[in-house]
Amino acid sequence: MMSPTGNWTVEQPIVALHGVHKSFGSLEVLKGIDIDVMKGEVVCIIGPSGSGKSTLIRTINGLTPVSKGSVKVEGIEVHDAKLDKLALRRKVGIVFQQYNLFPHRTVLQNVMMAPLLVLRENRTEVEERARALLAKVKLKDKENAYPAELSGGQQQRVAIARSLCMRPDVMLFDEVTAALDPETVKEVLVTIRDLAMDGMTCMLVTHEMGFAREISDRVYFTDAGRIVESGPPSQIFETPQDPRTQEFLSKVL
Amino acid sequence: MLDLIAPFFERLYDTTGLNFSPFYNSYDWGRLVEGMWVSVKLITAIIAVSLVIGVIGAGAQTSRLRIIRWMVSAYIEIFRNTPPIVQLLFFYFGLGAITPQVDMGGWYEPAIGSFGWAVIAIGIFGGSYNVEIFRSGIEAVPASTKEAAESLGFSGFKIFVYVTFPLALRICLPALTNNIVSLAKTSSLAYVIAVPEITYSLSGIWSDSVNVPEMMLLLFGYYIVLIAIIARIMTMIERKIALPGYGQ
Repeated sequence: MMSPTGNWTVEQPIVALHGVHKSFGSLEVLKGIDIDVMKGEVVCIIGPSGSGKSTLIRTINGLTPVSKGSVKVEGIEVHDAKLDKLALRRKVGIVFQQYNLFPHRTVLQNVMMAPLLVLRENRTEVEERARALLAKVKLKDKENAYPAELSGGQQQRVAIARSLCMRPDVMLFDEVTAALDPETVKEVLVTIRDLAMDGMTCMLVTHEMGFAREISDRVYFTDAGRIVESGPPSQIFETPQDPRTQEFLSKVL
Repeated sequence: MLDLIAPFFERLYDTTGLNFSPFYNSYDWGRLVEGMWVSVKLITAIIAVSLVIGVIGAGAQTSRLRIIRWMVSAYIEIFRNTPPIVQLLFFYFGLGAITPQVDMGGWYEPAIGSFGWAVIAIGIFGGSYNVEIFRSGIEAVPASTKEAAESLGFSGFKIFVYVTFPLALRICLPALTNNIVSLAKTSSLAYVIAVPEITYSLSGIWSDSVNVPEMMLLLFGYYIVLIAIIARIMTMIERKIALPGYGQ
């Protein structure tokens, strides 16, 4: 079982990665990653494709096991064989590039499923919370629609509401706008920004440089499985120190 | 019922020689109704057994134990690659001969009768196809959808029950319908081990009344109507669980 939050306090990082390595066979995609995120911080991870960004974010809720190193959420080691995965997944929500909604359930059911089936919470309370979240992501009128009847941007906002309904302490966003039409990207970004302004701890892997710059407390630039440079967005985007960061930003900005 | 139609069929026999004896002779009528009833019971039992085997087999195929996966594969190979009539004869005469006899108070009867063996044999035969049908449906459910459930804290079992299976069922339903219809037709093979279903009971009538062509026509008509009903039910289920805008 996951031990109680133990001696973790809010002065300590809520998410702490130390020396994280990950190999797929002989391919080493993460070569020693160190990141500390404090409660309420918004952190963006940017970098070229194939630099290990998605793998990195997936290690934080245990979807991808690490080969070496430590990942801690609220002081608890994620990659401990004895870890209670459910306890971890209550703390950490994740939203994927392809939304991955349950196609056989309505929007409202998608949001309610996990609290009802996994946490066995009271239906009336869950329904109330789900409706409030759908209102927050501006999909109140779509609660009886099926995912395939929604646009990509709408589906992604349902996915965000679905994660939030588990009341996580940390939200992970894995290139959540990469599969969307340009005009629907904005509605998803606005949703994430509102969430960040409410004080949710957020980690984003993103290619939306403007958004990363606007929303982040800290930006990490990764390349080839390593963090090349990190700092406040003003520093990374205006005065990048490393030539690789400079080269990447000159291409995408 | 019989009183109403009997005069017409008696006149038909007198004037044209077409002898639909079950429609005016109450003894043959009883045999027809009994045959239809046994046939429907047999088909229902066979489909139920084959579905249970299909779901369990498809689940067992994902087992971490190699021996279990190997056993499921062997089962599929054996029962898909032999004719159902041979399986039926093997079960009834081969295994039936060595199953225990039950004392019925003076005489002995086999623990499993011909009806039981027909359900077992054809159910196992149909199940071997259903395992593969369910497996193809389960494999077609995207890993990313299951991953989303996993990241929301669903256990492996809950992922299967609430996500994988409902989606797999929708994906494999057309193939499942085919197999169910095929099994309904295969049920007539139970004739060879004397299960008193429709084929067997009509054969009794045509032996007594020597009206083979008429009874063949009746048998043909029975299966056409029955299969049409089964196909309609499956279409209704398919429509009922279809997802708006999904997979079209």
